[in-house]
Amino acid sequence: MSKVMVVTSGKGGVGKTTSAAALGAALAQAGQNVVVVDFDVGLRNLDLIMGAERRVVFDLVNVVQGDAKLPQALIRDRRVDKLHLLPASQTRDKDALTEPGVGKVIDELREQFDWIICDSPAGIEKGATLAMRFADVAVVVTNPEVSSVRDSDRIIGLLDAKTARAERGETMEKHLLLTRYDAARAARGEMMKVEDVLEILAIPLLGIVAESPDVLTASNVGCPITLHNPASVVARAYDEAARRLLGETIVVTTPSERRSLMSRLFGRRAALA
Amino acid sequence: MGKDWQVHAVPSIVANETPAPQTIVIRGRSVLALVIAPQWPLDTWLAALDAQTERSANLFEQRPVVVNLGAAPQGERGPAAALEALVALSARGIKVIGVEGIDPLLMGQTRWSRLPVIPPGRETIREEAPREEGAGMAPVASAPAAPVASLLIERPVRSGQSIVFDQGDIIVIGAVSSGAEVVAGGSIHVYGPLRGRAIAGLTVGAAARIFCRKLEAEMVAVDGRYRTAEHWGPDLHGRAVQVRRDKDVLRISVLD
Repeated sequence: MSKVMVVTSGKGGVGKTTSAAALGAALAQAGQNVVVVDFDVGLRNLDLIMGAERRVVFDLVNVVQGDAKLPQALIRDRRVDKLHLLPASQTRDKDALTEPGVGKVIDELREQFDWIICDSPAGIEKGATLAMRFADVAVVVTNPEVSSVRDSDRIIGLLDAKTARAERGETMEKHLLLTRYDAARAARGEMMKVEDVLEILAIPLLGIVAESPDVLTASNVGCPITLHNPASVVARAYDEAARRLLGETIVVTTPSERRSLMSRLFGRRAALA
Repeated sequence: MGKDWQVHAVPSIVANETPAPQTIVIRGRSVLALVIAPQWPLDTWLAALDAQTERSANLFEQRPVVVNLGAAPQGERGPAAALEALVALSARGIKVIGVEGIDPLLMGQTRWSRLPVIPPGRETIREEAPREEGAGMAPVASAPAAPVASLLIERPVRSGQSIVFDQGDIIVIGAVSSGAEVVAGGSIHVYGPLRGRAIAGLTVGAAARIFCRKLEAEMVAVDGRYRTAEHWGPDLHGRAVQVRRDKDVLRISVLD
C-alpha cells in the first residue's frame, strides 16, 4: 500500500524542505521504499538539501510534459539505498505543471514506492495546491509563532476542501510537525506554547523539532539531518516522527533546555563580560 | 465542494412534480425576497436608502426585491410617482422582481407594467425594534414560505474560509479561526473560541445576536454596526459573551 504524503505549511522558511528530506531519509532507513518529489518548480532546493544537485538531468516538469520517462528523472540516493529524489525544474515556473500530468506521475510512482513525499512550495497558489492534490496524508509544518500558525490553519482548510480525497468525501489524515522550537525562548514566554498551537490547529501532533544549528550544517553539506548527525536531538525527533507515521506509538516530548553545568557557567560569564 | 468551502444555501422545495409522459417538471421554489417600501417625499427616502446601502454595501446584491408601493400618492399623480420610485431603485442596481400595493396596469405602457403583483406572503421574520427612519423594509418570504433554516457546521472554520448563510442562523461547533469569517442572515452561535469575524443580521437586522464560548474575535458585527478587537478591553477577552444591538450601538456582555 503506497502512501502519498504532502509536506506543507503555507508560510515559507518554516522547514518544509528540511522536514521532507529528513522524514524521507528516516523512512528509507526504516526499510521503506521512498521518493521525495520537489514541487517547488522555479525555486528548487530539495536537490541541494539531499546533495544531488550535480546529478539532475531530467526533472518533474520533463516527466509531466512527457519529455522524459520517470526512471530517467529519478535520482537514487548514494547513502541510503531506498531513498529517491524527483527534482523540480529551476528554469520553469509552476504553470508548467498540469493537474492530469501530475496525477499520472503520482500514479506511476505509486506502483514503485511505499512513500511518495511531496515537498510543497510556500503559498497557496498552483504549486502548493498541486502538491497536496493527490495526497493521502499531510504533514503540516508549523513554527510556534502566530503568523505561521494562521497560515497553517489556512492550509488545513484547503487540505479539507481542495484535495482529491476531500472531494471524494474521504477524510484527510493530517499531522502537525512543530519545527524550530526554541526551548529557552519558550521558557521565557517569547514563543507560543505547544498546547496553544495545538488548541488552535486541532490536529494530532507528529513531533516537535528543536531549533538547532545542526540543521544549517547538514543542509550546507547537502545531507538530510537524519543521516548527517543521527545522534542529534533534531535527527532523533525526525526519526521518532517517521516511526509514528509507520504506526508506532511513541510519546512526544517537548525539547527542554539541556545544557551542561560548564556551558551554563561559561554562558553566564560571557554574558557578564 | 470545488470552491473554497463557501456555503450559499437556498432551500428549494419540490412542491409539485408532474409525472407527465412528456416529463414536464414543474417545481415550486421558495426564495427569500426583500420587501422595500418607498416613502414620500421620495428624495428624502432615497437619501436614507443610499446611506443604508453605503453602510452595508451588499445588502441588495444578488437579492430579489419586491417593492411595496402602497405609500405612493393617491389620485392622478400616483402612477407617475410609483414609476419614479421604480426607476430610482433600478438605477441603484436593485433587482425588482415584483410590486405590491398597486395595480401595475396603472403604470401604462412602460416596462414596469409587466411586473407581476406578488401575492401576500407570510412574513417570516419580524423586527423587534423599528428600523432606522426611512428604510422601511422587512424581509418576507414569498409563498409558499419555507421554514427558517439554520446551518450547522461541525468542524472548525479555518483561516481563509468564509461561511455565508443568509437564510437564518449559523451554529458552529468548534473554533472560528483568525482570518475566517462567518456571515449569517440571523444569529451566530459559536460553541468554541471565536477568533475570526462574525457578521450577523444580514436579513433579520438588529434582532440578530452573536454568541460565543470564548471571545478572541477580530471583528463582530450586527446589522451594519461593528466593533473590532481593540474596542473591547482585556476584561472581555477570552470570556463567553453575547453581542447584540442596543438601539444604535453594539453591546457585548458576559454570559457566565
